[in-house]
Amino acid sequence: MELVDEVSGNRQPEPVISARDVRVWYGTTRGAIRAVDGVSFDLMPGETLGLVGESGCGKSTLGRGLMGLLPTGAKRDGEVVFKGRDVFSMSAKEAYALRGHELGMIFQEPLTRLNPLMRISEHFEETIRQHEPRLPRAEVQQRAFEVLRVMGIPPTRYRSYPHEFSGGMRQRLMIALALVLRPAFVVADEPTTALDVLVEAQIVGILNDLRRTFDTSLLLITHNVGIVAEACDRVAVMYAGRIVEQGAVADVLGNPQHPYTRELLRSTISLSTTGLEFIPGSPPDLVDPPAGCRFHPRCPDAMQVCAVKDPVDVERPGGGRVECWLRGPEDLVPEGGTRPLKQEELTVADEA
Amino acid sequence: MTRSASGSLPQYVLQRVLLVIPMIWVILTLVFVVLRVAPGDPVSAALGGRLNAEALEQRREALGLNEPLIHQYWDYLSSVFRLDFGTTFSDNQPVLHVIRDNGGATLSLTLASFVVALVVGIPLGMVAGRYRDSVGDVVIRLFGILSYAAPIFFIGFLLQVYVAQPLGLPTSGMASPITVFTVQPVTHILLIDVFLSGDATAIGDVLEHLLLPALTLGLLICGVFIRLVRVNILQTTQADYVEAAEARGISRGRVTRKHAFRNALVPVITVIGLQFALLLGGAVLTESTFNWPGLGQKLVEYINDRDYGAVQGIITIFAVAVVLISLLVDIVNALVDPRVRY
Repeated sequence: MELVDEVSGNRQPEPVISARDVRVWYGTTRGAIRAVDGVSFDLMPGETLGLVGESGCGKSTLGRGLMGLLPTGAKRDGEVVFKGRDVFSMSAKEAYALRGHELGMIFQEPLTRLNPLMRISEHFEETIRQHEPRLPRAEVQQRAFEVLRVMGIPPTRYRSYPHEFSGGMRQRLMIALALVLRPAFVVADEPTTALDVLVEAQIVGILNDLRRTFDTSLLLITHNVGIVAEACDRVAVMYAGRIVEQGAVADVLGNPQHPYTRELLRSTISLSTTGLEFIPGSPPDLVDPPAGCRFHPRCPDAMQVCAVKDPVDVERPGGGRVECWLRGPEDLVPEGGTRPLKQEELTVADEA
Repeated sequence: MTRSASGSLPQYVLQRVLLVIPMIWVILTLVFVVLRVAPGDPVSAALGGRLNAEALEQRREALGLNEPLIHQYWDYLSSVFRLDFGTTFSDNQPVLHVIRDNGGATLSLTLASFVVALVVGIPLGMVAGRYRDSVGDVVIRLFGILSYAAPIFFIGFLLQVYVAQPLGLPTSGMASPITVFTVQPVTHILLIDVFLSGDATAIGDVLEHLLLPALTLGLLICGVFIRLVRVNILQTTQADYVEAAEARGISRGRVTRKHAFRNALVPVITVIGLQFALLLGGAVLTESTFNWPGLGQKLVEYINDRDYGAVQGIITIFAVAVVLISLLVDIVNALVDPRVRY
């Protein structure tokens, strides 16, 4: 019943989830891959935060790290406070109880995420029963029907098997399964990447309605800036394991402060696009990332200081944070550090 | 795909059963043609040189081999339909009796060794897959390869010397003569008859005789199941739906049981069917090692005697049995995996 109170009412100012200095690394024979390297953000109740960046920048790893779904061999560190409890330091049992019930996840590939041998009804029953074992059968079914109705799936399909649904329907089923227990926080990892554009629009619409219907906070991981503009309140731009800029969507997309954000927006394809824009080079090796700002080898505005000193997190002019020496603080830049950096020619091998 | 798809199990089964009729017809025709195309005629092959030309001709006539092919074909089909599989030339027995007596022995051995193979193979494969690259996994994998690669007569011999000898277990035949004598033949399959008789000592005697042959053959085929189950578990524990179930907070035990293991066992059904069909032909080596009166040994005898009557009858029944087993496998598959019932 406490859930209802939260939905109906007085929105507390404190965040649902608060991440501080989160790090995730994978051990390999070459050394540790630092996929997420010191990420901090807050998410308010009912808020949607978009997480954008190139492939391999660590955005999916961050989402999985928050859920505790990292593969063996991965390690995580930092602090993630969810409703006053540190998720990273809790026992495996507590973490299991939290997953599904309080923390939900929607995946990229809806076609393979449902057990082919189980009916949809069994998926729902299993999920609800796991967290509320004493709920009567009729109630379980009613809860499932409720969330299916919101997702536009008729109750007549409740006893069907996964293979009898289309890709878009399966993604709506996955969303319904993630939401049936009304989690306060959901990670959506590229939920529309595997779907065609019409279905994509439909799913984005559903995600957009989530905060109204379920008051869920959403971390929406995507590489599609258009989806961010459509469905998110705030956006965080990730590069090489770090969030380089975050703030309100209109501010960040309208007036990007970090050169990487600017270049990323420039390379987005739209109807007015006449040629393909891209950022030269490729994301850095995360075993041995470049010194100073990780973007400096590809940055058109790089200064001398960028190659030697780590940039400092400062307040953006429009609110939010940005990590770039161009935005200061000037007193930390050493003598002559603002001179432009002479970029090494990118070789063909580097491009590849 | 329509909504009725998940409810169409009876329709699928009916379809599959109806398909059996043309399959059996094709197989019977093949058996008929292959045996007729082979050079030489059965009678002179079996008895040539021992009887004079006139006697041979008489035999041919008696077997209907002088009739036009189409007549022979019709006779063959209609007699199979009446469950008359002919008689053997060499010892003049109805083929059906050979199948019943020796086939029953083979069936008992096959079933028992499948129990061994599945009871040993599936759990070992699961453990090996679940705890990949652990010491247990390495040991189980090694065991799987050894059991599959070791020559069967060697394993049988080892069991006879190091297990049967010290424990006083029988090493030959299906039962002691006294058991064979006392048990009433009802189905002519000793393993079933002995249970029907309810005689405890006789049951013990038959099971004792069954133990080592079943172990030998069972260990041979369990290697296949170990490796198959292990590989499938490795795949399904990494499957997307397993991760998704974990993300919903489903307990580890349930994820492993309901999601990973269940999906891993689907392909095992098909392999069970294939192996079973293979073993019905008789495990000749196991049978001769343990002097088991099975079909494999019998078939070798008939082939050596060039007894075409027996060979044709036995092959016919094999073919039908294989068709029926594949029908059974398909139905079980459809019961387990809804995607099969398209």
